[in-house]
Amino acid sequence: MTLLVLCDHDRGVVSDSAYEALTFAKPISDSENISLQAVLIGQGAEEAAKSIISFGVETVNIATHECLTDYGPEIWGEAVKQIANENAAKIIVSCGTDRGNEVLAHVAARLEMPFLANCRNIQIEGNSSSATRIQWGGSLLEDVTSNAEVQIFSVEHHSTDPQPLSASGDGRIVNFEPDLDSQLTRTLVVDRVVRTHGITLTTAPVVVGGGRGVGSAEGFASLEELAEEIGGVVGCSRAVTNNGWRPHSDQVGQTGTRIAPEIYIASGISGAIQHWVGAMAAKNILAINTDPEANMVTKAGYAVLGDLHEVIPAITAELRNRRNS
Amino acid sequence: MKILVCVKRVPAPGARINVTEDGFEVDSTHLGFTTSPHEECAVEEAVQIAEVHDGEVTVITLGPEAAEEQLRYAASVGVNNLVLLPIDEVDWDPQRTADALTKAITEIEISEGAFDLILFGNESADSGGFQVGIRVSHQLGRPIVNGIKNIEISDSEVEAHREIDGGFEVYKLPLPAALGVKEGINLPRYPTMKGRLASKKVELKTLEFSAENGGQKRSKLHRPQEQVSETVILGTGPEAAPAIVDLLEELGVLQ
Repeated sequence: MTLLVLCDHDRGVVSDSAYEALTFAKPISDSENISLQAVLIGQGAEEAAKSIISFGVETVNIATHECLTDYGPEIWGEAVKQIANENAAKIIVSCGTDRGNEVLAHVAARLEMPFLANCRNIQIEGNSSSATRIQWGGSLLEDVTSNAEVQIFSVEHHSTDPQPLSASGDGRIVNFEPDLDSQLTRTLVVDRVVRTHGITLTTAPVVVGGGRGVGSAEGFASLEELAEEIGGVVGCSRAVTNNGWRPHSDQVGQTGTRIAPEIYIASGISGAIQHWVGAMAAKNILAINTDPEANMVTKAGYAVLGDLHEVIPAITAELRNRRNS
Repeated sequence: MKILVCVKRVPAPGARINVTEDGFEVDSTHLGFTTSPHEECAVEEAVQIAEVHDGEVTVITLGPEAAEEQLRYAASVGVNNLVLLPIDEVDWDPQRTADALTKAITEIEISEGAFDLILFGNESADSGGFQVGIRVSHQLGRPIVNGIKNIEISDSEVEAHREIDGGFEVYKLPLPAALGVKEGINLPRYPTMKGRLASKKVELKTLEFSAENGGQKRSKLHRPQEQVSETVILGTGPEAAPAIVDLLEELGVLQ
């Protein structure tokens, strides 16, 4: 019996989320005394396998098939299902990213098993499990039990700190060729369009966020300037995208992007719960707000009380001063 | 072009969410209800596609009788047909929900013809199971991709864009197809007074289907521990700038 961890990678570069899932899964495989194995699919899987093995995984299953040229939710789901059957998988895990949740839902639909998305913790005993999973993007928790021959769940993204596994011996790579219907290529990625080169909301060490308090689309100019000066990017709240001041791709929150920068500078943001859950994984939060009682201020590690339209340009000016002196 | 949108009635996001004493459901005493945000955008998208491609839009929901409110709202922004699958309990688990929806869609398609496109929300705002749309599509044998923020329909296929870090992926699905839509694909319109009045006259079809629980069971809901933070006030107004830059230096984020 095995515990399979679906590891996401981008053409050979393993995503941090894969290491989170492996770290989360390790103690479960230890306590259930079953073998922990990774699953890799798609172009670049061989490259990715090397990184996974040096992380401490003993067995990496690579799905190889002429149809597995790129990401595709249906064909990935079918491939994982067949690897699971081949290895008598008892538990299937992934990180709760867009892809992770999507592929596991396809696996669960095919195996006709429950799927618990975005778990914070889980105890598994035989065919039953009890888990705590997030609802409302993390503002509410659900304790849930599940009865299933195959336990399928995803791990809430950013809830686990990746730690290299202590494995004995050398890792081995197993190639597996699933039997795939070419019809499943109908949901393969056919093209990728890159809009932004360089840092993005999810990779930036600094995110400068603006909320309703910014007041207008034009009001974001000073935030842009600061972000550029620091080497960060601009984010915003749902109120801002609903007003059409910024594109939705800039939204931080439950219905937008979940960020985890070194510091999140939240200016003019009251801190409604759906925004907070998108920002709470930030290592540090600095709130800039005129209202000392604002949620964002009381929850942040650091705060400055004042008008963001004065404070933000002052930070940019101070940075430039220090750089020039 | 026939389009179906599956929606869910949820407490309005943004408010503080409390749990009932027995811990089994959200305390809705002080909450308004709405259509889950991704799905509100799915409804808008369907109406826009129907406007361009001479289409007809049906909205279906599995939920309490009170979910008629969300169906009527959909009618007020241009949806043609409304279907309610009433349930008594708080929430069905994802497999049971998907099975009932699949049965309902199959029956509607037998009597009224197949849908060219079925839209779901990427995930519901409340329970966030990330699976009902995928399970339904799998049972119907139709392709589905989640996370969609742009849709273009041509003769026999749909081009869909999914946002990824710094760009987007392009998918081309043969019709009939299904898509899981995300907020941001459009800005949903507000209903006009005329639309509101007309929505009251739209026929509401009620269908009932039994389905088995899939094996997942809620024991209770609870609020996460509040993050208690001793907020360090770095200063007031623009005079705080040097202290802020000190902090940025300390964190090592300045290149």
